[in-house]
Amino acid sequence: MTTFLATDNWYDLRDLANLSREILEAADKILPFGVVYVLAAVIGFVASFLIFVLPSQLFVGVYGERKLIGRIQSRYGPNRVGPFGLLQPIADAIKLMQKEALTPTRSDRLVMYVAPIFFVAPAVLLFAVIPFGPNMVFADIPVSLMYFLAISSLPVLANFMAGWSANNKYSLFGAIRIVAMTISYETPLVMSLLGAVVISSTLSLQGMVLWADEYKIWLGLVQPLALVIYFICVSAELNRTPTDIAEAESEIVAGYLTEYSGMKWGLFYGMDIGYALAASAFAATVFLGGWTLFGLEKWVPPWIIFIGKTHLFYALFIWTRGTLPRLRSDQLMAFAWKFLLPLALFNLFIVVTERMIWSEEGYDKAYIYLFAIFNILVSGLLVFAWARFNGYRPDDVPTRPRLVKEARGYVPLGENE
Amino acid sequence: MLYEYGHIGILVLIALIFPIGALATSWALQFVNIRPTSKPDVVRDDIYECGLRTEGPSRVQFNFRFYYIALLFVLLDVEIVFLFPWALVFDDVGWVGYGKGMLFIGTFVIGGVYAWRKRALEWRL
Repeated sequence: MTTFLATDNWYDLRDLANLSREILEAADKILPFGVVYVLAAVIGFVASFLIFVLPSQLFVGVYGERKLIGRIQSRYGPNRVGPFGLLQPIADAIKLMQKEALTPTRSDRLVMYVAPIFFVAPAVLLFAVIPFGPNMVFADIPVSLMYFLAISSLPVLANFMAGWSANNKYSLFGAIRIVAMTISYETPLVMSLLGAVVISSTLSLQGMVLWADEYKIWLGLVQPLALVIYFICVSAELNRTPTDIAEAESEIVAGYLTEYSGMKWGLFYGMDIGYALAASAFAATVFLGGWTLFGLEKWVPPWIIFIGKTHLFYALFIWTRGTLPRLRSDQLMAFAWKFLLPLALFNLFIVVTERMIWSEEGYDKAYIYLFAIFNILVSGLLVFAWARFNGYRPDDVPTRPRLVKEARGYVPLGENE
Repeated sequence: MLYEYGHIGILVLIALIFPIGALATSWALQFVNIRPTSKPDVVRDDIYECGLRTEGPSRVQFNFRFYYIALLFVLLDVEIVFLFPWALVFDDVGWVGYGKGMLFIGTFVIGGVYAWRKRALEWRL
């Protein structure tokens, strides 16, 4: 697409697209067109699988997440299999593979087997439009943001299939809860992304990265409220722990996964991480400038910068998972409809007005920095104002005694000064 | 440009092969002697509801407020689909288009406020 890095040599590791182009050009001389066409897709898939999906999935998604959560909860995490427990994800995969996948006799057998397949396929498709580098996009389509949103709303169907087919009351409740939660959080999420689309006036993810490169500012700084709303909403849609009411083990055994075991469950578990990685990659592309890092991308391979940003965003998911308690079902719905959605609408109104002023001023670069500062200030103000409007009074929260000895008025002998 | 969409089509096939292969491997491993042979068992193959026998049909009634959420979602999702093209053409439509878009969002805001005042978003009656 762009001749951003200027070099076209196949050994230039800064852009792996050069290497794949050389291979395809060589193949084009000896093979018919159809074979080369399929080969291009397969090379793209294998390359993104090898450099991003597989290592991230296994060693950040499974190992890193469990290790970090372990440290947050004052335990060690996996440390038995291999050095530092690094082989734990592989051991897990083998265990899941050889376990028996039970299917209850009274459940819908076909749908129960189809659901994990339908759950996995969109996760793979999501990575098709993520730009890893200047030319490293599997499918550089002009509406890739819409494509991503469309595909990322598919897995909830698989979740519902899983819950409905199991013929279990807990599964049914889990399925209905996840559908309700996903559609509740879908609207503020898309509204927040609309702000990013308005300011960069493109629907292409690569276009957004190039926008961030041109104006030397991340969309997440121009749209801080959108970034926060996106993070909360996607965390709810991914069904991760602060918001995992759909598989809350203390309320409904395991939600829609109650009847799942063996590899059928493993696909759901593995692809939850896949979706979280895809959402992180999407956020890194839209809000954090993708593969650019203010000039550093000319020296470091851009795809390494991109993967680093993705994992940083993913670490936020792990952090919230480890530290926040689970919310109640009605609290979650109310939070989406009464708090996030009006904030997203306010944000949209502000950004559209800014966009109009900006186009009146002939797209001056200085205005973008002005908007960024203004938006950061207004976002903080808006959040507090809207929280107060909804009845949040920080002064009214009863202060509880922090320590046991304060509560009981009892001072142990050793601490008596 | 359309070639790129064809690549996504090929990726759909790859994406389907991957989970089917995993499930097929898991299924095929029962013929290798690494796990205990499983005999059909009434209790083990029954639905798990915390160890008790399942009573009544499983597709039970659930809270009607989920339908409210679904209705609001339909209202809003259609609105958002129409807002995406609007977000891309500001240079052509100017302040008039801006006002029309705001009017369009305003209709939803009125509907949303109405739903809120009618306590459609409350979960306790």
